[in-house]
Amino acid sequence: MDKSIISFSKVSKRFGTVTAVDQASFDISQGEFFSLLGPSGCGKTTLLRIVAGFETPTEGEILIDGQPMSATPPNKRPVNMVFQNYAIFPHLDVRGNIAFGMRKSGLTKTDLNKRIDEVLELIKLPGYGSRGSNELSGGQRQRVALARALIKQPKVLLLDEPLGALDKKLREQMQIELRQLQQQLGITFLFVTHDQEEALTLSDRIAVMSEGEVIEIATPAELYESPSSRFVADFIGSMNFFEGEVVDSKARNTTVTSELLGTIVASEVEQEFSSGTPVWIAIRPEKLQPQFESPENQAGYLEGRMGPSAYLGDRSHFYVHIDHRDEPVLVALQNLERSLGGISRPNQPVWLTWSPDALVVLSRN
Amino acid sequence: MNDQRPWWRPDGFLLYAIIYLTFIYLPVLFLPLFSFNSSKYIAFPLKSFTLKWYHQMVNSPSMLEALLNSVKVGLIVAIVSTILGLLAAKALTRYRLPGRGSVISFIMIPLVIPEIILAISLLILISQLDIPLSLWTVGFSHSLLCTPFAMLVLISRMEGFDNSLEEAALDLGENGWMTFWRVTFPIVLPGIVASLLLTFTISFDEFVLAFFLSSTDATLPIYIWSSLRFPTKIPAVLALGSSIFVISFFVVSFAEWLRRRGIKLESTSGI
Amino acid sequence: MKTSSTTAPHHNSGISLARLFQTSEAVRGYTLLSPTLLALLLGLAMPLAVLFTLSFWIQDYLDFIRTFSLKNYIDFFQKPIYGKILIKSIRMSGLVTLATVLLAYPMAYFIAFRIQHNKLIWLILITVPFWTSYLLRVFAWKLMLGYNGVINSGLKTLGFISEPLEFLLYNPAAVMITLAHAWAAFAILPIYVSLEKIDRSLLEAARDLGENAFITFVRVTLPLSLPGVIAASLLVFIPTVGDYVTPSLVGGPSGIMIGNIIQSMFGKALNWPLGAAISVISMLTVALMISLFLWGTQSFRRKVA
Repeated sequence: MDKSIISFSKVSKRFGTVTAVDQASFDISQGEFFSLLGPSGCGKTTLLRIVAGFETPTEGEILIDGQPMSATPPNKRPVNMVFQNYAIFPHLDVRGNIAFGMRKSGLTKTDLNKRIDEVLELIKLPGYGSRGSNELSGGQRQRVALARALIKQPKVLLLDEPLGALDKKLREQMQIELRQLQQQLGITFLFVTHDQEEALTLSDRIAVMSEGEVIEIATPAELYESPSSRFVADFIGSMNFFEGEVVDSKARNTTVTSELLGTIVASEVEQEFSSGTPVWIAIRPEKLQPQFESPENQAGYLEGRMGPSAYLGDRSHFYVHIDHRDEPVLVALQNLERSLGGISRPNQPVWLTWSPDALVVLSRN
Repeated sequence: MNDQRPWWRPDGFLLYAIIYLTFIYLPVLFLPLFSFNSSKYIAFPLKSFTLKWYHQMVNSPSMLEALLNSVKVGLIVAIVSTILGLLAAKALTRYRLPGRGSVISFIMIPLVIPEIILAISLLILISQLDIPLSLWTVGFSHSLLCTPFAMLVLISRMEGFDNSLEEAALDLGENGWMTFWRVTFPIVLPGIVASLLLTFTISFDEFVLAFFLSSTDATLPIYIWSSLRFPTKIPAVLALGSSIFVISFFVVSFAEWLRRRGIKLESTSGI
Repeated sequence: MKTSSTTAPHHNSGISLARLFQTSEAVRGYTLLSPTLLALLLGLAMPLAVLFTLSFWIQDYLDFIRTFSLKNYIDFFQKPIYGKILIKSIRMSGLVTLATVLLAYPMAYFIAFRIQHNKLIWLILITVPFWTSYLLRVFAWKLMLGYNGVINSGLKTLGFISEPLEFLLYNPAAVMITLAHAWAAFAILPIYVSLEKIDRSLLEAARDLGENAFITFVRVTLPLSLPGVIAASLLVFIPTVGDYVTPSLVGGPSGIMIGNIIQSMFGKALNWPLGAAISVISMLTVALMISLFLWGTQSFRRKVA
């Protein structure tokens, strides 16, 4: 394992009776782009603020680069933060904002100005030094906030939903730039977001949080392809769930039985279940293939009728009604051709098939 | 509302506004008028134009001393009450305090007690403690009166204050004091200036507390009060009143000019 | 990776003062508040307590008899003059408050809704007359209403009267006009602020829901501006009820108010304890009036809404 830069050990934070963070224990490696992902109120921002030193944990300890932090005030910690609203000092211009934390750097005025120019270059705002803070757009404020933190050369850069206020196009562009910047500088990024797509795009690893608890820590691909709980599977991307029961589980092949799906085999299942375990059988919408003729030689399939559809540009979503199931099954299809080929006629009978490795089996307890 | 009528469109409202402004301006405008009238009786008909009352004003040591006393007290009161108001405003806007409501009510009490009662209570206390009356006791009472005003002005300036700015300063390595000095203070500065001006003005014009709590050193309102009993002194007092009015007009204009210039400066200053 | 064992003692090492300071918002907040609170405790709570104590003492020439006695309160209720003047003062400042607020409201409305640009200029325009000394502003009304004053001279020049009117000055009406003028800005500013804060889309919504301009005003604008009206009323009522400068200058014998009585007890009459008792009674009465007023405005708001 790589060198650990931040280490949480049993960190809890309670506000009165509310537990914002519950026994968080994990490590973040040097140079990692690590995201805390979860719905609002899950404690991710509290955890970030604990690292920054703005909140004191009720229990537990944090080590940054091996040093315990509980007695270290925010201004002495080797981390810097990009705030959610950027917290650009309104009474200072861009140069003043970036230079703010460099008062004690010991650099001469000329060297400092040179450093600032370099950083402005880095964040693609060359020549913006004398701009007033009120003359900046949202994206530019975000870059200045980034520059102001980066010039301090922190061991970890903390980012609190920094892209939340930007519009979609700009957000996507900033995502790419952030990732490039992080790889270029090699600084560890601890990134808080509620946007699962953003977390998947940017991160080396993601910690999914819910109600103060860290539910799962994994790479984006692991989280998406083989989530370890229904919460994670549901929170990241879309997922169709079916109630079922394990018949047999061995050598990564698990046989499950379900009222609607019949008895089918899921391959590439990491966990082993004892037979009889109640489970969720889950499948992503894009892994279901619709066919308009009854599949003859297929192990498992679902039969239904086409319901409403939604055209999303690059892909389309179809809702398929299945008998004896209240919720329609979601199917996502790439729009490879311009015409949809008339596949969305309402009430048209449709058969959904899948490959065995597309199935995810999750314990129902 | 969505009516885009120009304000000068003649209708009942405009007429009312004109009458109202006349009502508040008219009596006050007679004061400078009589400061240029050569008769020593403040009554119509007017006699002739003169500057002799302004001459008398600058040659009246007791009046100038009273003016100086008022300025001294006003400056100290402005600074003390603004500091007290700043501390309270900061504490009340920054922290979740138990009992916040009662603290605010307590600080506001000087505003909801008739001044004369505040004055006599302080007079009783001070005399019971055998503290001699002086400009200091006046200044102390004025500071009490002005602190709630200062706090209100500063709270309204700080209410929108983004706490993450202070956190950002801490995060960038500054300690609490430097954070205040480099971030909070410059941002709150317009509120501080407004508070200083307001509290100075209140103290400068305050009569009741000064009347009860001063000894032989008169402040300007006390001097005016005693002059009002001697008709011959009144024209010079009117001259002084008119001069103060003109000076304060320039001070406020200058402050406004500074404020606007300040806004421009803020955006270009470096570290 | 296990890291906990080395750092665990840190949290059990007791509550050091620094740590309490760092964690407790209340402690930090009250530390910051303490100078202000201390000053007010010394300069406000203590004097009021002393005032209350003194009201139970008795004046003995230049000294006090420091034993508990209800004499001053009994005096107050036995001599009807004090009670009468207190009630008259409250009625006079009540009328002044009513007049000031009623006159100020349309002006504040005009600035808030009709003026689109440069509202600040208008607000300054409103406050400029009040930069003159309070005493001189009161004196200005002596000029207006006096024997050879503006009104008498004007009427004489125009030929309406041959002799100056003497009843203009030195009566309760003169006191009330002067007070209404002197406190005008204190009524306009809070009303203006509350009107300015009203979300204009609420008024549009009321119109959209079919109310006419007047009903919109009564059902939306007026209740929403009520906090400003309340603040304005208190800002005018409280200082005017205790005022003694204005009655002394323009009130004459018939225009005196409770402030004059209190002042004389600490001056010519030299009876501090009685003055203290009158102050305490006045304060309690004013507090009662204010509570009644607040209760009344509350129920008004509920009725309209």
